[in-house]
Amino acid sequence: MTRTIVRSVLVIVASTLAFGFAYPAVMVAFAGAAFPSQAQGSLLNHDGHVVGSRLAAQDFTGPQYFHERPSATTPAYNAAATTFANYGPTSQVLAQQIHQRAEAILKLEGPYNPGLTIAGIPVDAVTTSGSGIDPDISPAYAQLQARRVAAVRHLPLATVERLISENTTGRSLGVLGEPGVNVLELNLALDNLGDK
Amino acid sequence: MQPEGIGQILLFVVVLLVLAYPLGRYMARVYSREGDDVIERGMWRLFGRGSGTEQDWKGYAKTVLIFSLLFFGLLYAMLRLQGHLFFNPDHLPGVTWPIALNTAVSFVTNTNWQYYGGESTMSYLSQMSGLAVQNFVSAAVGMAVLAAVVRGISRRSSGTIGNFWRDLYRSLVYIMLPLSVIVAIILIWQGVPETFNGHVTALTLQGAHQSIARGPVASQIAIKQLGTNGGGFYNSNSAVPLENPTGLSNFVENLAILLIPAAQVFMFGHMVKARRHAWMIYTAMFAMMAIGIGVAVTAEQHGSAVLRQSGVNIAATSTQSGGNMSDKEVRFGIADTALWAATTTDTSNGSVNGGLDAFTPAGGAVPIVNMFTGEAIYGGVGTGLIGMFFYIVIAVFVAGLMVGRTPEWLGRKIQAREIKLAALGALFVPTMILVLTAVAIGTKVGQASIFNPGVHGFSETLYAYDSQANNNGSAFAGYGGTSFSSALGAVDMTFGRFIPMLAGLALAGSLAKKRTVPASAGTFRTDGPTFVVLLIGVIVLTAGLMILPALTLGPIAEGLMHL
Repeated sequence: MTRTIVRSVLVIVASTLAFGFAYPAVMVAFAGAAFPSQAQGSLLNHDGHVVGSRLAAQDFTGPQYFHERPSATTPAYNAAATTFANYGPTSQVLAQQIHQRAEAILKLEGPYNPGLTIAGIPVDAVTTSGSGIDPDISPAYAQLQARRVAAVRHLPLATVERLISENTTGRSLGVLGEPGVNVLELNLALDNLGDK
Repeated sequence: MQPEGIGQILLFVVVLLVLAYPLGRYMARVYSREGDDVIERGMWRLFGRGSGTEQDWKGYAKTVLIFSLLFFGLLYAMLRLQGHLFFNPDHLPGVTWPIALNTAVSFVTNTNWQYYGGESTMSYLSQMSGLAVQNFVSAAVGMAVLAAVVRGISRRSSGTIGNFWRDLYRSLVYIMLPLSVIVAIILIWQGVPETFNGHVTALTLQGAHQSIARGPVASQIAIKQLGTNGGGFYNSNSAVPLENPTGLSNFVENLAILLIPAAQVFMFGHMVKARRHAWMIYTAMFAMMAIGIGVAVTAEQHGSAVLRQSGVNIAATSTQSGGNMSDKEVRFGIADTALWAATTTDTSNGSVNGGLDAFTPAGGAVPIVNMFTGEAIYGGVGTGLIGMFFYIVIAVFVAGLMVGRTPEWLGRKIQAREIKLAALGALFVPTMILVLTAVAIGTKVGQASIFNPGVHGFSETLYAYDSQANNNGSAFAGYGGTSFSSALGAVDMTFGRFIPMLAGLALAGSLAKKRTVPASAGTFRTDGPTFVVLLIGVIVLTAGLMILPALTLGPIAEGLMHL
């Protein structure tokens, strides 16, 4: 019994040093040398300061920007306290939220998309993401927003559509995952157009 | 469903098999190797005389229990005191006692149930040196116990089943560590942060401040998946883009969830020299997993009642994955999220890449049933296959009853003691789940944890005690951590971990002592398709029938109400 306790304590100390300190320290050193950008959180810079991470959605409300998916975090798009919404599949709260979000989208995009009805709204536009900071929207939702952004920025629709396709991440290796449009990178690209 | 979705799932199961088979052979060699390496020899010198000799099952079990208890004490103290300790750049305070108790038990039992948000509750010291160490060690304890159980099954007329320290060391250094380094490197490359810098504050395009949590994420995520742990760095777990940024990272993480449990089936086949038998076990596991994946993918693609009635476009097209996208991420869509939900509950991993609370009733029932089988479908590292052994013993017993002979398994007579242990191992946990769910749903203090009202609240409760008992850790995450649910969960996890483990060790000790009986014409063959059918039948009849009434009250009722 006593011997087992002593041995356990020795193993606990050794494994804490090996797996709690040495392993992450070596991986941090390796990451800093081999993949410095990814290691720090894939941060994006603009005008000399950090404007966000390409792996975290941020709040876009202005009509000149593409908008993100809804977020359940507090406040929305909180990249320091991610969360699911957790409403069940038959929740009336969820039904109401989806209805309100759809109405808001119809009001915002309708003027630029004559004939838009609720059936034209892609599902990801009205549902919260898993993380609350999903950086992507579906290509379908990007297409829906393209006319508005082009009109507000006085850009040809073709230019906006080109930027959408340039900022669409395809499936990894051509097969894995689903295509998505990175909203922050797309909006940065739009702002950069103006700078030129 | 687009063909790409189905293609990804097929690719997944093929790559899994291609990797698991050679890994299983390698692991069999690791645990069977006679000579000790230099660190092992050093360990025996440090530990004193006789420390490297083999133990009987009781000695082995006692060592496991003492070791786990001490580690629990250390972890609990670290969580409570983290505010006064170092490596705390975001100045997080000590964790409250119910959450610290639940969390310490959770990580020592390889459950990783989380009543807290990682990025907002745990200091780097707690994440790295407390929780991440347990990701390695609790998984390695499970693997060591399995190695001992398999050794016991492979032996004849032997009193011992191995040495815990040696098995633990080899699990950690020869298996977990190299695999973790490989997975961590892939994840960093794909964009998972790995840094000791704290939060970074960005000035967004619209001029707001956004704080982004970072840390040594990749190294922890690698082991959380490989060790069937599942506890995330971030609250939304592997749904968070910083934890799982791409389709490739998702594929690799999902493979890592199943890799070691799948490999252990082949390891068993090699160690007991019953390779065809191992293939049959793999087939039974695969068949049950495939059904679960099929149901989950179909149900989620069909969409939830609320979404279908809302009128928005949920069709799968070339520009969106459609379906029930509530609490799911665009880059994973339906196929990858449903595949993950099924596989993370086949094993005892419990990490998620989308919110399960928002799953459709049928999609959400898949994880509940998967877990309720006692992790027998691949299962947690180590403990899963032990759970399957119980069902196998019951299956050969049933076969023996049918032909009127003493049942045999791998050339040993299965007698009253073995059958009692197998029944204990197979039935204790499901019974406990139903009892604790009843306690939690029948009391005011238990109901306080429920987030979604009505039938779905029952499903949340059932899920919580099912998940913790089977050391899974996934959740219908609306279910909240009160002092009561934290403490009840701690009980659930402790017994769910150690009762089957002790039953497995006792079974192995008992089998190791037996002599071989030569196979005869009347011996039930465990290396053919009949055995696969019988084995699945036994699992359906025991676990399946026990969970059915509870399913009726939860997901089935919810599904019928909103057809």
